[in-house]
Amino acid sequence: MSNIELLSFQETLEIPYNWSVGYLGSKFLAAIRDEGIFYGHKCPSCESIYIPPRVVCGPCFVQPDEWVRLEDTGTLVAYSIVNYPFIDPNTGERRPVPYTYGYIKLDGGATSKLGHFINEVNPEKLSPGLKVQAVFRDKSERTGSLQHDVIHFKII
Amino acid sequence: MLDAAIIGVGQTSYEAEKKGYNFAEMVYEATDQALNDAGLTMDDIDNVVSVSNDFFDGRTISCMAVMDASGASHNDGKNVSTVEGDGTFGAFYGLMRILAGVYKTTLVVVHSKGSESNPSLIYNSMFDYIYTKSTGLDHISSSALQARRYMNRYGLGEEDFARVAVKNLGNAQKNSRAHRKGSYTVSDVMGSTMLADPIKELDAAPASDGAAAIVLGHKVVAEKLGKKPVWVKGAAHCCDAYNLGDRDLSDVNALADAAQRAYAMAGIEDPFNEIDVVELYEQFSFQELLYLEAMGFCRRGEAASLLQEGVTALSGALPVNPSGGCLGAHPVLVAGMARLIEAVLQVRGEAGSYQVPGAKNALAHGVNGPCGQSHCVLVVGE
Amino acid sequence: MAQRVGVIGFGQTYHKSRREDVNGVELINEAVQAALEDSGLGIDDVDAIIIGNMDHFESVNYVDTWSVDGTGGFMKPVMKLTTGGTTGSTIGIGGYFTAASGLFDVVAVVGWEKNSESDTTGAIITCSDPVFDRFSFAGALPGLAVEASVYMKKYGVTEKDAARVAVRDRRHAMNNPYAQLRKEITEEEVLESPMLSYPVKLLDICPRTDGAACVIFAGERKAKKLSPNPAWVWASSIRHSYSYFEDIEYDTMPTLEAACRELFSNVGIKEPLKELDVVELYQPYTFAGLKWIESMGICKPGEAPQLVWDGVTDMGGELPFNPSGGVLATNCIGATGLLRIGEAALQLQGRAGDRQVEGAEVALATGFGGAFWTDMMLLGKNPW
Repeated sequence: MSNIELLSFQETLEIPYNWSVGYLGSKFLAAIRDEGIFYGHKCPSCESIYIPPRVVCGPCFVQPDEWVRLEDTGTLVAYSIVNYPFIDPNTGERRPVPYTYGYIKLDGGATSKLGHFINEVNPEKLSPGLKVQAVFRDKSERTGSLQHDVIHFKII
Repeated sequence: MLDAAIIGVGQTSYEAEKKGYNFAEMVYEATDQALNDAGLTMDDIDNVVSVSNDFFDGRTISCMAVMDASGASHNDGKNVSTVEGDGTFGAFYGLMRILAGVYKTTLVVVHSKGSESNPSLIYNSMFDYIYTKSTGLDHISSSALQARRYMNRYGLGEEDFARVAVKNLGNAQKNSRAHRKGSYTVSDVMGSTMLADPIKELDAAPASDGAAAIVLGHKVVAEKLGKKPVWVKGAAHCCDAYNLGDRDLSDVNALADAAQRAYAMAGIEDPFNEIDVVELYEQFSFQELLYLEAMGFCRRGEAASLLQEGVTALSGALPVNPSGGCLGAHPVLVAGMARLIEAVLQVRGEAGSYQVPGAKNALAHGVNGPCGQSHCVLVVGE
Repeated sequence: MAQRVGVIGFGQTYHKSRREDVNGVELINEAVQAALEDSGLGIDDVDAIIIGNMDHFESVNYVDTWSVDGTGGFMKPVMKLTTGGTTGSTIGIGGYFTAASGLFDVVAVVGWEKNSESDTTGAIITCSDPVFDRFSFAGALPGLAVEASVYMKKYGVTEKDAARVAVRDRRHAMNNPYAQLRKEITEEEVLESPMLSYPVKLLDICPRTDGAACVIFAGERKAKKLSPNPAWVWASSIRHSYSYFEDIEYDTMPTLEAACRELFSNVGIKEPLKELDVVELYQPYTFAGLKWIESMGICKPGEAPQLVWDGVTDMGGELPFNPSGGVLATNCIGATGLLRIGEAALQLQGRAGDRQVEGAEVALATGFGGAFWTDMMLLGKNPW
């Protein structure tokens, strides 16, 4: 067996997808694109305010029915500074590192947190509890993508 | 006879593109319907089985999208698991979790969207990456091999297959949920675009979007509810060899095995006479004939005659796919669950304009893997 | 009809970072053959097969039908379950239900992964919602590091405290001939290893592994005939509560706590530290070995570092964790949760060799993955 040359096959799979955002998600993203506003989605039973919007509140199994305007400032709840290079499956390219991503609880009552980039990569300057603020792209350039329309969150 | 019944069912409509709905929204709709149908609330659900496919969803851990929508997060959270395979297999697993005596009710949900990606690429990924995948084989071209083998072996013609499409697409006109429906002639089917010889466009199930849900209940729960429970009388599944070349594709041994075991469990010795309606998984028209034979409803090679004689029409002695079957609607994975749901509706007498009068026992069937490699058969009844 | 279920066989491959000598189906077959040999059974004795892995790691669709040559599933009922990182434990629990239902007596459960065959990080990133999460989510590692950032701030836990967990598990792995990483490390080495995603460093996190495992479950009707001492399944609990990473609470570990509450109350466990004899914890990174044992009620919040420094969780301690070396030593994702169950079973059967915990009668195996989800299976030396 030992003098058999081992072979392997290489392939890069490219499969296109076109995911529907749905009515709720479309409304949420359109508000960011057109008004620069984050809306939370409130469950009438437990009063949790979800972001992004949900068809149903998981714990209550009741449909959220109220849109709540949230602030563009919030508290950084958790974060990490990603330091190793990897290929982004969305683009097929390397995502530039280091970068910091974290979960932000927006002011105005949000219960779930928004995941996005933070514009600070020095661990000494980062800590859970910091106040941050969204930095929006210029209105004329917004497209309805959370990643594109909000550039990152900055520490304030 | 097993101590479990299907006590609630729900389905979204099946369409080419459900653009306004993401996976969670489709599953919530089906779940809500199934709960209402059962007369239950999410509080009454002991555990959840979700069914999805990572490739079709474009998402590893595809079940994550539907945890909230299926009640997995309800209250303190529920016990939940995920089957990746046809919806009938998910129903089977949900059934086992009840028979084990641990849970009294199981909610089984299933979703997929054929519109959001390229089915050919996705089905191509089910073929072995060393020897087969790079030939570009997909579900249509591989099934075409099977069709050709079946035709040659029994001297059948493309018209025999076309008649299945005419029947099922015609039946689908009465099914408000169906995706594709219409009054076609054999000539229409024969004239439709050739996809992979001998399979033409109208011979092939469409790629649909949709979701479905069922609630299974243990006997002690099912007997207390208002609606007539539909008992699972027999259930079995079986998987054949993988390499297409290891099989004679016109032998569907795995289906024959699963069907025999399901019949034995249900105490059925003469399926043709004891089963009143069949909902089987015919992704391609020829498969309806091939699978009917494998399930023992007639001798090999004879299903085409049965069809021609009108035996399997809605008004015949053994209606097959009165709902329109997969040719009428085919969201992958969901399609098998839809067969089960349609079988349940028949036994309940709730199939409306495509009701088979006096249906007491029904057979539902789902398929997994290339060229019908793995089959699940469920016999349900009063 | 319904029956109690025990584990009567366990087989695994010798785990490595790359198994270039076998394709996926052959890897699976190695584990199945090992389990059959371990239990003294032939493939004809197996009534049903459950298999699991994470699709995008090998990019094979419909693995259940693809793997038949390896699993021995030819003309048998074969089903695939998959829930991400929890897959291994999900399929173990699936195997239990398959036998417990009474429809089948002997069930072979196969978990496997050939992580070397794909881009692990890229694949895991696709578990996040494509519209809202995928652009920022960077995979499992930072997803965990995020939790560590909160835990450290709340209790003043240090990176050195976490490092002690790695030292323990890597020492334990020296007793396990199947483990991938078999080299002891020191706290200093952990602290000096490359920072991958603050505060998680290379030696804080699990490796990527090519490996497979097979656990054979048998219903009581046959278990006692087929095995001199099955390891009995007492109960299981699963919580996959979260669809969005945005909803995860990092202050505590909600799914682990909920699963423990249900599991322990079902079997009447009130003091896990005293009543459990051994734990195979699905611990993908070091900080989990501190924070999560608090969530399990082993000790009070914030007290885990001291417990670990005191050696309570070492071999020879009051409640050994991960005698196999755990996930920090071996992580073939689809198998990882199943290895926890197999290892727990070996402990109860007294067959764990150099990694045996003396007198183990109650063993807990856990699973982790997805959006901070939890699976648990409790096994006992005697039937429940």
